[in-house]
Amino acid sequence: MSYAESLSLTLSEVILAAGALVLLLVAGWAGDKATRLISWIAVVLLAVAGLALLGPAGAAFGGQYQADSFAAFAKVLIYFAAGASILIAPRFFQLADGSHMGLRAEYPILILLACVGMGMMVSAGDLLSLYVGLELNSLAAYVLASFMRSDQRSAEAGLKYFVLGALASGILLYGISLVYGFTGTTAFDGIAKAYGDGVSMGELFGLVFVFAGLAFKVSAVPFHMWTPDVYEGAPTPVTTFFASAPKVAALCMAIRVAVVAMGPAAHQWQQIVIFAALASTILGGVAAINQTNIKRLLAYSSINNVGFALIGLAAGTQQGIAAVLTYLAVYVVMTIGSFVCVLQMRDAEGRPIEAISALAGLSRSRPGLSAAFAIFMFSLAGIPPLFGFWPKFLVFDAAVAVGLLPLAAVGIATSVIGAFYYIKIVKIIYFDEPGEEVFAANNNVVETGLMLLTALAVSPIGYLAIPVLGQLSDRAAGSLF
Amino acid sequence: MIQLIVFLPLLAAIVAGLGNRTIGNVPAKLVTTGALFASCALSWPIFISFLTGGAHAHVVPVLDFIRSGDLSVDWSLRVDTLTSVMLVVVTTVSALVHLYSWGYMSEDDSQPRFFAYLSLFTFAMLMLVTSDNLVQMFFGWEGVGLASYLLIGFWYKKPSASAAAIKAFVVNRVGDFGFSLGIFGTFLVFGTVSIPAILAASPDMAGSTIGFLGARFDVMTLLCLLLFIGAMGKSAQLGLHTWLPDAMEGPTPVSALIHAATMVTAGVFMVCRLSPMFETSETAQHVVTYVGAATALFAATVGTTQFDIKRVIAYSTCSQLGYMFFAAGVGAYNAAMFHLFTHAFFKALLFLGAGSVIHAMHHEQDMRYYGGLRKHIPLTFWAMMAGTLAITGVGVLGVFGFAGFYSKDAIIEATFASGSESGGIAFAVAVFAALLTSFYSWRLVFLTFYGKPRWEQSEHIQHAVHDAHGHDHDDHAHAAHGHDAHDEHDHAHGSVSDGTAGYHPHESPWPMLLPLAVLTIGAIAAGYVFHTPFLDAEHGAAFWQGSLAFDAHLMHAMHEVPMWVKMSASAVMLTGFVIAWFAYVRSPGIPAAFVSQFRILHDFLYRKWYFDELYDVIFVKPAFAIGRFLWKRGDEGTIDRFGPNGVAALVVSGSRLAGRLQSGYVYSYALVMLLGLAAAATWAMVG
Repeated sequence: MSYAESLSLTLSEVILAAGALVLLLVAGWAGDKATRLISWIAVVLLAVAGLALLGPAGAAFGGQYQADSFAAFAKVLIYFAAGASILIAPRFFQLADGSHMGLRAEYPILILLACVGMGMMVSAGDLLSLYVGLELNSLAAYVLASFMRSDQRSAEAGLKYFVLGALASGILLYGISLVYGFTGTTAFDGIAKAYGDGVSMGELFGLVFVFAGLAFKVSAVPFHMWTPDVYEGAPTPVTTFFASAPKVAALCMAIRVAVVAMGPAAHQWQQIVIFAALASTILGGVAAINQTNIKRLLAYSSINNVGFALIGLAAGTQQGIAAVLTYLAVYVVMTIGSFVCVLQMRDAEGRPIEAISALAGLSRSRPGLSAAFAIFMFSLAGIPPLFGFWPKFLVFDAAVAVGLLPLAAVGIATSVIGAFYYIKIVKIIYFDEPGEEVFAANNNVVETGLMLLTALAVSPIGYLAIPVLGQLSDRAAGSLF
Repeated sequence: MIQLIVFLPLLAAIVAGLGNRTIGNVPAKLVTTGALFASCALSWPIFISFLTGGAHAHVVPVLDFIRSGDLSVDWSLRVDTLTSVMLVVVTTVSALVHLYSWGYMSEDDSQPRFFAYLSLFTFAMLMLVTSDNLVQMFFGWEGVGLASYLLIGFWYKKPSASAAAIKAFVVNRVGDFGFSLGIFGTFLVFGTVSIPAILAASPDMAGSTIGFLGARFDVMTLLCLLLFIGAMGKSAQLGLHTWLPDAMEGPTPVSALIHAATMVTAGVFMVCRLSPMFETSETAQHVVTYVGAATALFAATVGTTQFDIKRVIAYSTCSQLGYMFFAAGVGAYNAAMFHLFTHAFFKALLFLGAGSVIHAMHHEQDMRYYGGLRKHIPLTFWAMMAGTLAITGVGVLGVFGFAGFYSKDAIIEATFASGSESGGIAFAVAVFAALLTSFYSWRLVFLTFYGKPRWEQSEHIQHAVHDAHGHDHDDHAHAAHGHDAHDEHDHAHGSVSDGTAGYHPHESPWPMLLPLAVLTIGAIAAGYVFHTPFLDAEHGAAFWQGSLAFDAHLMHAMHEVPMWVKMSASAVMLTGFVIAWFAYVRSPGIPAAFVSQFRILHDFLYRKWYFDELYDVIFVKPAFAIGRFLWKRGDEGTIDRFGPNGVAALVVSGSRLAGRLQSGYVYSYALVMLLGLAAAATWAMVG
């Protein structure tokens, strides 16, 4: 296969990478004044890259890069989440008096670069291309986390993320080297062949370390510790991004490694995934209860949700993988919707408010926002008829189908715990006496539009999408088997 | 046509019940009352066609109900003589009670609900009497139970009414449990719940045995007794009677319709409907006879001591139901049905008359505070008089008599004519109970309508007089009764010495008087007009057309009993009248003297043979104790503690622990990661 053909298969990454570099030049030329323009161009680039996914499927660069419907499905979600994260940023950094809290032209560019990295992650067919993609994403993410440089919490978040991310990368790399050492290859198909001949102790250790490294990226327990701190410290649009796009990328990457590269060792990694799934759902549910900061709460919620998605991976079947993909699609929509709601929590000066108690009695002053909040919370809790119920049902169904009954049972039990803190927010909004804090009115079309769109998607209307979503996720999962 | 009769009340109930306040009082009342009068107008032609011999029993299918394995149940409406009798009783009394309620409930603020319940009750009762199988009968049976519960507790803000409603429901559950066991057993034995099929197969089953509770029993005896337990519950027979007097907490029209004329007679109807079954078991018949006789005696004795006007009539009802049962027990099912028929008219009349009195006396129900009302409410007085003449059985042999004269005397004669031991006992009880009936009925009349007014001690009257002066016209206790003061008392501060406290009772409005008039006609004439087809040996067989076990031989024997038997009822009736007249008109000091002389006996009767106290000790207290134990120890102490509450506490402490681990220090985070890695590696190595 020629380089030209390979490059054509990676068209989306090429578009994003080239676009990001050009925009960087524009930013260097025009400075921060061009932020708005660059943001919109970045969104357009994401849309174009998304369209480029319609191109042919195949393996590029000697199998290092896989363009298939699985990667395409993941990338659509990633690009959507990235685009939304870019769009909601300007309003967040804008203060009422016209000044801004440090939004710079690099913000959309960093997100574009992270998207290139995530695209590589989900398309990787080799441990090395996987690692390159992961680091490309991570380096962008570290910078994004500390984007409000002058803000102490933001800086702290970036630093924590970087230090722990470096540790995780080290673990992952060590795992990769073990795998290479014992199998003699870094290509997924070669690894699968080697694992198919029986799993030696060295290969097993390699597997454990690789999965530990991946678990850090999806923030599964016990590699989750960074998540609440980083989510809280990072600017809210960045948190929105972290909670959505990299989650999708990391989970899809983990799925590809698990199913394609280490499929023959399924019995071994299943143990780890089941443990991570259980620990994540339980801790994500339990630890969220005491939180007073809405962003921390949503951080635990994301840990909890990752646990549910891992239940589908633990099943290991095509049905299970398809369920995970559906889960991720709905999760991304719910998460973006919830964070857009959180963005509405700002005082008269335009500074963000993050205390949950500030929501008390919101229904009286902002009925529309309250209704959106309630929809997302109920949906996250997985309460029918909201759409959040459906993917939960799918992953439990997949787990039950392969006999993982206890796992499904624990999952259902922990979703009850989760329901407690989600519904508690609804209770605070609708039944508590209003406090003195009054949120500034929302006059941003983009935010209103996003909130409306996502709320509609997770409302019972979302069930109309089940046939399409089911078919797409099933085809995407099928391309791995 | 029969469909219309049955379903019009249901339709009206739905319209009035769901429409409720949105359609308002008058439309709701019009719809329900109109539907009932239409039902009534359609019912009489059916009854008359059976009287004249022009009609034959037939079944009108409505819908499939249940198809499950061998069990097949249809919704179908059975029309035969027995049904037609019940149809006219139910629809006539119900229609009149609906009309009466226009006046009686005119001040109540939830009238649509009341009328919807009444119509719903009527529908359920009609479903019961037209049923062609036991399951449908059970549906109607439970339906009337539900309606009865709702209506007893209609004034649900009154704790006593709620308690009475619950008591009625629970006591009926006991009976219904027996009934349902009976239905299950019947299906087990006969393989069907269709009444005609069961009745046809019954004679072949006589003498076979079945295992039940670890012993062998005669099949038919067991089934009949189980079914009879259901009848005892609904018809308030001794043992399961305690709910009926308390049911008087409901509005008086309800007492007239449900707790006198219709629902409580469902048990009698059921025994008559299944009479060929009961005919196959002598034991069951004896039990029916003894239970009926015991109830007749018990209720009559208690009735002589009560002061609440409605309770007296309630015990009277209980007692008369006992008559019907022992009539059925000795095989005179047609006599039982005839008494049911006439009783419906005069007992509804007595209740509605009592309601009229209560209405006039501003919701005072205690007869000790009545007296001298004859001149103030003459129309009510004459109606009550007709009812009393009917229930005590006044008449001249071969010439004319009031309704009870024909039906009750027929029962007394039938018990004698049956010639059995149980019949003999029943005869003795029947005659003695007739004496008591006469006594308490006349006592009621004399206390209420004769003598001097004793109204001034009544709190209700004092309220009324007080209110009439317009001091404060707000919520006195009686306001909840749906009635307000009679505002027209201009000179209420009259002299207190005449015992009236300045109160002037008023005759009830015409919607209340018209039903009284119609029922008065029934009480006077129903016996004379209908006794031939119901009771006569030849005409009877043609009239009943096999819809119940008609014993022509017994009917013959009944007409041939010695003269002293025939006269005994009239003799005790006169005796009772004379005693009551002496005690309550001639020398009113006698009752007090009697009570002080025989205090123990009076207390025993006044406290209703201590049944409520006994049940309280045997059933209610232990049930509450068990309930409290399971609640406190079982539920809260065990299930909640280790279940929901325990888990919740665990989650909260887990949350606190997780919060403490989340220290914010990078090195501790890294430590957790490495520990997790080490654990995973170890696990993978070992596992």
